[in-house]
Amino acid sequence: MATKPKLFYFRGRGRMESIRWLLAAAGVEFEEEFIETTEQYEKLLKDGRLLFGQVPMVEIDGMVLTQTRAILSYLAAKYDLYGKDLKETVRINMYTDGTLDLMLMIAVAAFKPPAEKEESLALVVKRAKTRYFPVFEKILKDHGEDFLVGNKFSWADIQLLEAILMVEELDASVLSEFPLLKAFKTRISNIPTIKKFLQPGSQRKPPPDSHYVEVVKSVLHF
Amino acid sequence: MAGKPKLHYFNGRGRMESIRWLLAAAGVEFEEKFIETPEDWDKLRSDGHLMFQQVPMVEMDGMKMVQTRAILNYIASKYNLYGKDIKEKALIDMYTEGIADLSEMIIVLPLCPPDQKEAKIALIKERTTDRYLPVFEKVLKSHGQDYLVGNRLSKADIHLVELLYYVEEIDPSLLANFPLLKALKTRVSNLPTVKKFLQPGQPEETSHR
Repeated sequence: MATKPKLFYFRGRGRMESIRWLLAAAGVEFEEEFIETTEQYEKLLKDGRLLFGQVPMVEIDGMVLTQTRAILSYLAAKYDLYGKDLKETVRINMYTDGTLDLMLMIAVAAFKPPAEKEESLALVVKRAKTRYFPVFEKILKDHGEDFLVGNKFSWADIQLLEAILMVEELDASVLSEFPLLKAFKTRISNIPTIKKFLQPGSQRKPPPDSHYVEVVKSVLHF
Repeated sequence: MAGKPKLHYFNGRGRMESIRWLLAAAGVEFEEKFIETPEDWDKLRSDGHLMFQQVPMVEMDGMKMVQTRAILNYIASKYNLYGKDIKEKALIDMYTEGIADLSEMIIVLPLCPPDQKEAKIALIKERTTDRYLPVFEKVLKSHGQDYLVGNRLSKADIHLVELLYYVEEIDPSLLANFPLLKALKTRVSNLPTVKKFLQPGQPEETSHR
C-alpha cells in the first residue's frame, strides 16, 4: 500500500500552501514535517534531500521533489486535475501561473518592513481587482459552466478559490463586482473534500504572523 | 495548414528567449512581432490579446497563449520534449524551475541600478558555482547518459544549455569545474536545429536570437 505523501516546510502557508490545497482537494491524506530549527534544515541539506537547497520539498511515490510548480504539476496530473488534452492543460497552466503570481506576492509581502508590506498588499488587492479577477469572471461568463476549464473540476478551480480567499483576507469586499466569482467561491467551497479542508482543525495554515516570519528568517539566515 | 507560431515581445531576450530556444530546438519556424513603441503596447492590450496584460504572448494553434511556463510546457509536450511519463516530467520540471530561478537573476540584471550591479553579479556567480551547476553536473555524472532525464533530449537540456551560454557570457571561467556540463553544451549545440539557431547574422525568418 502506498505511503502518504510527506511535506517538508515551515509551519505556515508560504509556498507550500497551494500544494496542501491541491492534495486536500484531491482527497489525498498527507503528513507534514515542520521545520522549526536551523539544525533540522541543515540536516535536510546534508542528507541531500533539497535539490537546490530549498523547500518546499515533498516525498511522494518514491521521489524527493522540490520546486513548487514541479510538485503542483505532478499532483495535478496524477489526480486527473489537469484537463483532458494539451489545449486544456495549457489553459489550466495559464490560469494557475496567474493566480500563483498573485499568491506569491502575498507570501513575500510578509517578510517586508511594515510600510513596504502595506504597499505590497495594497498592490495585491489592486491587481486582483483589475488584472486577475476580471479575467476569471469573463471566462465563467463566456462559457457559463461551473468550472474554469472543460466543464470539469481542475487544479485551476482549486487555485482560484485559494487566491480568492487569500485576497478576501486583505479586503473582504474584493468580490463585490464579480457575481460569478462569488457563486464560484460558494460552489467550489462546497465540494466535500474542500469543505473539509476549510473546517478548523484541518491542515490548512493561517496567514503569516510575526512568529512565522521570525522562524523562517532565523532558519534561513536572512 | 496551420500558420507559423507568432511571438509577441520586445526586441530582446527577456522572458521570450527561452521560448525562442525551445521552438528552434524543436525545429519549428516562427515569426516575431516586436513591441517597439508605446502605441504597439497599448494596441496589444486594448485589443484584448494579453490575458493578464503581460507578455510574452504566443499565437499558436488557434490560441493566444500567455505565461512563459504555460507556453514552454505546451511546446515541449507538443514536440515530445517532456519525458515519457509524469515521473520524468516531474524531474524535468524540477530541473527547469531551478534553471529558471538562476536565469531570472540574469534576465533582470539589465534593469538593476548601476550601484547594485556588482553585488548582483557576485551573487549570480556564487549561485551558479555553488547552488545550480553542481546539481546538474552531479545528475549527468550519476547516470552517465547524454541527457539529463530518461536518456533523451528534453526541454531541461535545452533550458540548461541556454543558461550555460549566459553564464559563459558573464564569465567563461564559471564553467571550468563542470566538464560534463561543458560536454552537454557542446552536444546540444551540435544538434542540427540548435546549430542553425546559434548561427549569427541569419535573415530574420530563420534565426531569432
